[in-house]
Amino acid sequence: MLRSRHTLPLIVITLVVSALTVAGIMLIEWTPERASVQADRYWVLLLFLVAASALIFVIVTAVLIYSVIAFRAKKGDESDGPPNHGNTALEITWTVLPTILLAAMGVWASIVLIQNDRRDADRETIEVTSQQFAWSFTWRDGVRTPFETGDLYLPLGRQVELKMRSTDVIHSLYVPEFRLKQDVVPGLTTTMLVNANKVGTYPIICAELCGVGHGTMRARAIVMEEDDYQQFLADSQREVRTQDGSTPATASAATP
Amino acid sequence: MATFAPTHQEPHHHHHEVDKRPLSYWWTRAFVGTIVGIAVGFFIPWFFRFVFGMEPLWVPELYYTVILSTATLGFLAGIGCFDYWMKYILGHRVSYEDHSMHGAYSWRDYFKVNTDHKVIGIQYMVTVFFFFIVGGVFAELVRAELSTPGQQLVDGEDYNGLFSSHATVMIFLFVIPAFAGLANYILPIMIGAKDMAFPRLNALSFWMLIPGGLLLAASPIVGSYSAGWTAYTPLAVQGSTGQTMFEVAVQIVGTSSIMAAINFMVTIFTMRAPGMTVWRMPLLVWANATTSALVIFGTPFIAGSQFMTLFDRIMNTQFFNPVGGGDVIMYQHVFWFYSHPAVYIMMLPGFGIISEILATFSRKPVFGYRALAFSTVAIAILGFGVWAHHMFVSGMASWLRIPMMLTTIVIAIPTGVKVFSWLGTIWDGKLHLKTPMLWALGFIFTFVIGGLSGVYLATVPIDIALTDTYFVVAHIHYVFFGGSVFTIFAGVYYWFPKMTGRMYNETWGQVHFWLTFVGMNVTFFPMHWLGFQGMPRRVADYDERFAAMNEFITMSTALMVVGTLIFFANMAYSWAKGPKAPWNPWRGRTLEWLVSSPPSTFNFEATPQVVGGPYQYGIEGARHAVVFAPEEIGGGELTETERRTILVVASETVSSSTLLDEIRRKSKEGPWRFTFAVPAKGRDHRSAERRLQVALAVLAEAGVDANGSVVDGGPIEAIEKVVEEEPVQEVMLATYPSGQSGWMENDMLDRARKATGLGITRVVVRRDDAVAPAPGSGVVALGVVANDALGTDGLGAAIRNRADQQPLGVTLICPLNLTGPGWTDDASKVRDEAVDRAQRTIGDLVDAGVPAQGEVIDGDEAAAARVAVTAYGAERVILFTLRGEGGEATVEAVRAAIAPVEVEHVVVDAAAPAGS
Repeated sequence: MLRSRHTLPLIVITLVVSALTVAGIMLIEWTPERASVQADRYWVLLLFLVAASALIFVIVTAVLIYSVIAFRAKKGDESDGPPNHGNTALEITWTVLPTILLAAMGVWASIVLIQNDRRDADRETIEVTSQQFAWSFTWRDGVRTPFETGDLYLPLGRQVELKMRSTDVIHSLYVPEFRLKQDVVPGLTTTMLVNANKVGTYPIICAELCGVGHGTMRARAIVMEEDDYQQFLADSQREVRTQDGSTPATASAATP
Repeated sequence: MATFAPTHQEPHHHHHEVDKRPLSYWWTRAFVGTIVGIAVGFFIPWFFRFVFGMEPLWVPELYYTVILSTATLGFLAGIGCFDYWMKYILGHRVSYEDHSMHGAYSWRDYFKVNTDHKVIGIQYMVTVFFFFIVGGVFAELVRAELSTPGQQLVDGEDYNGLFSSHATVMIFLFVIPAFAGLANYILPIMIGAKDMAFPRLNALSFWMLIPGGLLLAASPIVGSYSAGWTAYTPLAVQGSTGQTMFEVAVQIVGTSSIMAAINFMVTIFTMRAPGMTVWRMPLLVWANATTSALVIFGTPFIAGSQFMTLFDRIMNTQFFNPVGGGDVIMYQHVFWFYSHPAVYIMMLPGFGIISEILATFSRKPVFGYRALAFSTVAIAILGFGVWAHHMFVSGMASWLRIPMMLTTIVIAIPTGVKVFSWLGTIWDGKLHLKTPMLWALGFIFTFVIGGLSGVYLATVPIDIALTDTYFVVAHIHYVFFGGSVFTIFAGVYYWFPKMTGRMYNETWGQVHFWLTFVGMNVTFFPMHWLGFQGMPRRVADYDERFAAMNEFITMSTALMVVGTLIFFANMAYSWAKGPKAPWNPWRGRTLEWLVSSPPSTFNFEATPQVVGGPYQYGIEGARHAVVFAPEEIGGGELTETERRTILVVASETVSSSTLLDEIRRKSKEGPWRFTFAVPAKGRDHRSAERRLQVALAVLAEAGVDANGSVVDGGPIEAIEKVVEEEPVQEVMLATYPSGQSGWMENDMLDRARKATGLGITRVVVRRDDAVAPAPGSGVVALGVVANDALGTDGLGAAIRNRADQQPLGVTLICPLNLTGPGWTDDASKVRDEAVDRAQRTIGDLVDAGVPAQGEVIDGDEAAAARVAVTAYGAERVILFTLRGEGGEATVEAVRAAIAPVEVEHVVVDAAAPAGS
């Protein structure tokens, strides 16, 4: 097998295709920055998946290119190829190897999923309301005066649980830097857990088609240091109290 | 487990009456049917709302729903889809062997209900490529809007409508029916059947696509459905009239799809030729059997989901309204329970096509035939267990995510087996890189990318980041464009010679491939990057930082547009003018390559016998099947080089339209060649020669392989002479009706049978038909205008002379130039004399072998020429005048009357004294 006339040229082509594939993966900035623990877990899993799929891609492409070059019929050659109907050992190999790769990935992905679903005891709960075509965020648990904003504020390093409701159609809350997305469904309360780990301002995008204004249904996710976050909570509550003696804000409309 | 193709009661003589009603009849009926349908659809809801006092009387979406349904039924009834069944239901006599709507004898037969699977296949393909253009225009509009951030071309609602329509048209009106169309043409031939199991149901499946398709494609005009092709509730419930059209149209095309699938299933299960065990079925047959099962089990679910949405909209049901106790997520479960298997409905037939093409152009057996067959079935079964992988972020029960991820990953295994088996097929083969092969190889490359990005989306934590972004757009296009569309193009090029009987242009086919292959990759690959970066799908407006990439993508689509234009030009030109295709241009082994291109009306004259696997390349002497010639012409194997000859014996009737029509019809039914023997004993040899030339010219123009000669002697001598020279399988004898025919009085039939020992077909020709000019192209319709010149030797000589140069059909018009009233005795006398002269001239011409007919009119020469051109279709006119009568003014008048038809003026000498 190794001494076959195909071995050397096939190795050369494989190396060329590999080089091009690796260059394509390394030289292009494929993903935006990461700003959550979930994004970091995603990143490691993604690296494994990229490596595995690049391997399969390189093998298939190299064999394809080599076959076209090496086995092309000469002009006027009307003869047939060898009557090779199959090769059981080979067929088992190419069934089992991908199965192992895929099984590893399935187990790993399940672990990541279970980790991402774990709730921390000290988590912050924020209510999210979506409607055509705006987001609003309400703090109710753990604050003395509930208040509402048009942007999402998150403390650095602490888990936030978003409890999300929709008043009309399905929306989807998506923050690319968190690598997280969750549909917001009328009639249901869906949740999203995020552990932000990088200070900054990130876009909140509606990812589920929700009508005419779908493309413009945006807000911001602002990750701040714990101290700044506590300051923000205090300021927001004070603002509500000064505006309106005792009535707590209700989730009626977004007031960014 | 081989089955036997049902044989007809008259096994080889599908001597069927062809329905003669013109196109205008059917389309008038269709138009009236549609109008009646609309009226009924308007009346029903109005009546019930009125009777039960419901307010308001006018509820637009309710009326539209009923009207669209009844109008569709009206159209289908009008165009004739239900005619046969209605006759049966109403107790009229019907014949199970009724083939009156079967087969195409002219282009008109493609525009009406036809039960021939080959005609239906072509009807499908032309229709779906029309919708391919429509869907492509929508796509280009979407890309034009996306070329820069912000909204320029269309507003948000229209933009949502555009991408929704693009997806729906491409899925329901291109990919799914394109596979149905290709399989319709090829599959029955591949399994050795004469047609599909239910030809009339087959026609209905196709014709439902027309109203359903128009509703989907035309909805942008009335405010399109803008909730995406997925039509998620509650957004879809907010939709406008376009949404109603979508919901009704999905029912119609869904029904069409289900009926086609049942038909394929029954055909494959019950109509395989003897010897075709399941392990000898070509992989395309495996793929279509499996796909049909998917369609039958899956499609009712999308029908259900759309009915429930429709009822929520027009009947105030609350299936998906949480306020009324409904469940929003339930819609997605029901919808994807169809729409994920639908992905395989759009992919498995393509896998089948690729397996056929790779084997043929690699000159090798398919590697791992059984593995490929089993993996097809495995994918279909597993395909029903993965639907919720579209819903990982939907808010469904979260425990469902890990099981659905695992089943999805498992599907990657049989898919991988397919790809590796294809590589095994080309490895060490003798690759011929013709256009179909290029598409197949290009497909492997793009499909692997689409398959691998599918694994990313199956992995839940990755999917949570990437779903609903451009990564999904990239994935879906690598699978549907790089997958399904590539395989459709591969199949169209592969079977184009079989379906049209002509070869496509190889160079332009390859140009089309390379433009599309490069264009497809530069358009869709960058979308992966957009998706990773977080650009959501289904938005008209997007972040500035994606501007350059989107502009690049929009420009890249130009390559595919140019490629597609080249494809259409190549197909149209090659279909009309391409070189004639041999039976088996690719040296394939499966049954469709063992019959003519295009196949005869009933595909096989005798039931073929399958004797081996379908891809036994490289094995000395191995073959897949044997196609036989009919028993009564000696049986034996039927091949392209060995054509069967029918000997046609006719004398005065040679150029009659009855005989020529019969020959044309017969030639469609099998690979026949016709040899004429025209006996001319003691007659003018030249006359027989001229008649034969007319007949051969007509047949050559109709593409019938015919030749022949005039034989000295009687009919029996003629038959014996030909039989000595070449093998003859059948004799066709054309005579006048019994009693008028000299041959019949002499027991010609019996004597011919004894002389040859062959079957004799008698064609009876009426006398007036025998002398009338033969219709059809190949013969020049010549108008002759002459009065005094009638009966002169010069006239007869001039016409015979021209008939020797070119086959002619003569129409003689004699103008009387009457100036006074036409009813006087004088006028009658003049007229009688002229009729007498004209009849004699026509008789002389007919005797000389020139088909002729004529008329005497009261008007002048110009009027006569006009009659010749308008009533008899004369393509050239000769005006005869006597020498010395001048006639220059007459010539001018005639020229002016019938310009631009060419007018020739011939001056002849006066005749010998009349009465001779």
